[in-house]
Amino acid sequence: MSTAATPSWRQVGQHAVFPQATHDEIARFDFLTRLNMHLSQQVLPGVRQAWKTRVEPAFVAAQGRPAADRHEVRRAMQRDLHYQLWSTLRRNSMEMRQQAGRSVVFRQLGTLRDKADALNAGAATLKLDPTIEQPRYQRAVDIHCMPGSYHAEVVERDIAAGANYDAGLFVTTAGMLGRYADGGGQAIAEWLAKHRPEFKPKRILDIGCTIGHNIVPLAQAFPEAQVLAIDTAATVLRYAHARAQSLGVRNIEFRQAAGEAVPADDNSFDLVTTAMFWHETSTTAMPKIMREVHRVLAPGGITLHLEQPQYAGMEPFEAFMRDWDAYNNNEPFWTRMHEADLDRLLTQSGFAPGAYFETVMQAKVDRTLFPAPDPGSSSDGGGQEDYGRTPTWTAFGATKATAPSVATSP
Amino acid sequence: MNSPRLPEPADLDLLALANRRAKGKRPQFLDDPAVERVLSVTLALAGELSVARERIDTLERLLVQRGVLGAADIDTFTPDAAALAARDAWGREYIARILRIVGQDVQAMNDAAEPTVEQWMDELGRNDEPAPG
Repeated sequence: MSTAATPSWRQVGQHAVFPQATHDEIARFDFLTRLNMHLSQQVLPGVRQAWKTRVEPAFVAAQGRPAADRHEVRRAMQRDLHYQLWSTLRRNSMEMRQQAGRSVVFRQLGTLRDKADALNAGAATLKLDPTIEQPRYQRAVDIHCMPGSYHAEVVERDIAAGANYDAGLFVTTAGMLGRYADGGGQAIAEWLAKHRPEFKPKRILDIGCTIGHNIVPLAQAFPEAQVLAIDTAATVLRYAHARAQSLGVRNIEFRQAAGEAVPADDNSFDLVTTAMFWHETSTTAMPKIMREVHRVLAPGGITLHLEQPQYAGMEPFEAFMRDWDAYNNNEPFWTRMHEADLDRLLTQSGFAPGAYFETVMQAKVDRTLFPAPDPGSSSDGGGQEDYGRTPTWTAFGATKATAPSVATSP
Repeated sequence: MNSPRLPEPADLDLLALANRRAKGKRPQFLDDPAVERVLSVTLALAGELSVARERIDTLERLLVQRGVLGAADIDTFTPDAAALAARDAWGREYIARILRIVGQDVQAMNDAAEPTVEQWMDELGRNDEPAPG
């Protein structure tokens, strides 16, 4: 058992529209955080053990060969009791986290909405467009078991979806993304500072920003930049705008728009980012959105995307584990997205052949939550591998050629 | 937009909203769906027990902090005979209550074989039902 104390929800980053919780509501969040940590540190290792010691040997004995892909691993593992138990506990922890968050948010929604209204009313930096429709890939199922997904409107000028998402991120990730759940955005800012120290973007675009938690650190890292953050859902945008204003971040315009039709001229951004976005889209949406990324990116501009690693070349068992959310946590595009040839996607979207790059980014450990050593305290600093929940990402992207490049045909 | 106005926050059905399911067919993990439900209920109860335990902990600490209790008073507390008897009575009643179904299964095993309710329906619906008594 790790000796590091579990971060308490009492330490979560507050701002004007962040929901307030009672003693018992905090205790409920903290139980779920501990449950999530227990599942990933104590129960999850048994899943690999079950595969190695009983399921895989039985598969090999029956088939005369190892499992060819993650689907064969999944079909074999679905009959294993330990995998079943870990899965149902994990699914329940997600559902309970939603129940807990929603019972905190809806009882104070009037108060929260008043606070958001005060920060949002008449602001030129919040532009909602009721004609924007939720794409089919957002309407199909409620993403990661979040009832109503990012877009359900329960009251007028609703912000509940954003408040519930914000309140629970700390619980689901056990604080590993930091007090403001902004580890992804911080990782991009740090990577740019380290690897592109001369790069000072003047205009930044973030697609699928939800509550703006990952674009705020970039807006802070480049305070002179004008930032446009878009999402199709008004509920999260109202919350994101109020949240950023309350945190003193004024250089972000939040606008309701789809990534398939970015409301901006060609060549108008120096930096275009997404964070954990592509797996919540679709096969037809990905090339449309990536062509928009290329179109609005200025020559010499950089695009960077945080995602989980692609499955190509990955051991079938690991790919199977990383696929869990696709089958069991309402992330239906996750599995196909991680099969995509991203290099080819970028090239077909107009980026020059060879422009594609890929790197690994890690969230900076929030020392206010985790006094040294690092959570999990393993030598790599990343802690127990949780196949998609640890704050380590694959980042991919490209620099747009300064001379116009000819898009290669598919 | 002609969509009907949404309710005011004060008019929301909080229980219904908190417990709304996510759209998307729920996967089945365990072989028996009934066991799956029992596990979900048990896990939720474990969460509520943890919340109650934390509340008691807060209460104890406040009582110690305000000088009502000494720090070791609870752990060194020895119930007297009357307290022990009262606790025992409560504890036995509690166990019988939560294990009611198991106890009633045993009662049923000990009772004579019973007709099913459908058999009683037929029996009591007969025209030639014997007169009571």
